[in-house]
Amino acid sequence: MINKKVANITEALLGVEDNMTFMFGGFGLSGIPENAIAELVKRNIKGLTCISNNAGVDDFGLGLLLHQKQIKKMVSSYVGENDEFERQMLSGELDVELIPQGTLAERCRAAQAGFPAIYTPAGYGTEVAEGKETREFDGKMHVLEYAFKADFAFIKAWKGDAAGNLIFKGTARNFNPNMCGAAKVTVVEVEELVPVGELDPNQIHIPGIFVQRIFKGETYEKRIEQLTVRQRV
Amino acid sequence: MLDKNGIAKRIAKEVEDGFYVNLGIGIPTLVANYVRDDIEVEFQSENGVLGMGPFPFEGEEDADVINAGKQTITTLPGASFFDSAMSFAMIRGKHVDLTILGAMEVSENGDIANWKIPGKMVKGMGGAMDLVASAENIIVAMMHTNRAGESKLLKNCSLPLTGVGCVKKIVTNMAVIEVTAKGFKLLERAPGVSVEAIKNATEGELIIEGDIPEMEI
Repeated sequence: MINKKVANITEALLGVEDNMTFMFGGFGLSGIPENAIAELVKRNIKGLTCISNNAGVDDFGLGLLLHQKQIKKMVSSYVGENDEFERQMLSGELDVELIPQGTLAERCRAAQAGFPAIYTPAGYGTEVAEGKETREFDGKMHVLEYAFKADFAFIKAWKGDAAGNLIFKGTARNFNPNMCGAAKVTVVEVEELVPVGELDPNQIHIPGIFVQRIFKGETYEKRIEQLTVRQRV
Repeated sequence: MLDKNGIAKRIAKEVEDGFYVNLGIGIPTLVANYVRDDIEVEFQSENGVLGMGPFPFEGEEDADVINAGKQTITTLPGASFFDSAMSFAMIRGKHVDLTILGAMEVSENGDIANWKIPGKMVKGMGGAMDLVASAENIIVAMMHTNRAGESKLLKNCSLPLTGVGCVKKIVTNMAVIEVTAKGFKLLERAPGVSVEAIKNATEGELIIEGDIPEMEI
């Protein structure tokens, strides 16, 4: 067993510097690496390019980094629900690249899987495709999209072991598995760090080979963005 | 004229037994409430769930189980969770049978704009560009006119596009319209709405052939 377990968050974020490119798992506030984000806020690392489907809300998730103006550029598919984000974008303080959600996922997966680029029909004929190479396959136009290049991927999983094997829960899975191994260093935080051998190899979503560092997150707030319930009758 | 629930009710009739369906945010979400209960349908949400159920009862919500609108949801027996790349493999790979989404504008050649108002609203396209670029069966659910009373069914979209030549059918508060090579073809009228009223509310070319029946909802 190759050990990926690190002692604490300080060790987990070793090598993190200003002006780097980071990937963050999560959809909305579901499945975001809360502990890594908190540590980046604490260290006040600046000039970041962040690849993340969303940008959090004003006072949580990546919104915390935005408030301290730590982010230089966001690469996302949807950035609603965040007033500070909108303010920084419209004032020109923040550079924003909006791309289709499936393209975002596949550019992560391409980096993970060793493909330099992929062709997708998404965005053809729109401003997203402007300046990009296009090509026709079977009578349909496609856009060439490149694999991401990132320094760190910050991942949140449900369960993991010291070998770096991971299991995700519910829709908190989202972009997390696609970003594992898609950056130079993949740092995973888990709710439960179980002894090696406890996870059933048949049930593992991401094998440890894609992970460099794993640690147990200290606390999880798991904030709900849109609490929607039905009444009992 | 129909309200939002009326539009959803009419669209629900397009949902067939055995369909996997992706519902967008807004009116499309309401469609799930009106699908016949004698057919089997599974709802996909692009953040990574197939087999979505109703909202949870108070106190049973789980932050790790949400839909693409970030609302707490439940799952039905037979449901599955998956990552974002697999979710869009379902969409891009044409495994999803029906996509229902909202729009700000649709043009008579089937272009759709629904993600950006330059200088005003820039939230992002989310999964909409992937959905419209790949789905073969797309129904747009929207009001026929905007808040200013201007037509949303245009000759050409004025807003930045989400996709080109992709919309097949539009259900509005006034009409059911098919997008054909020659333009918008009027199929049905909403109860109490005249063909003349629909024509006046449609900026693009409206094709009217024979008697136009009233919608059954």
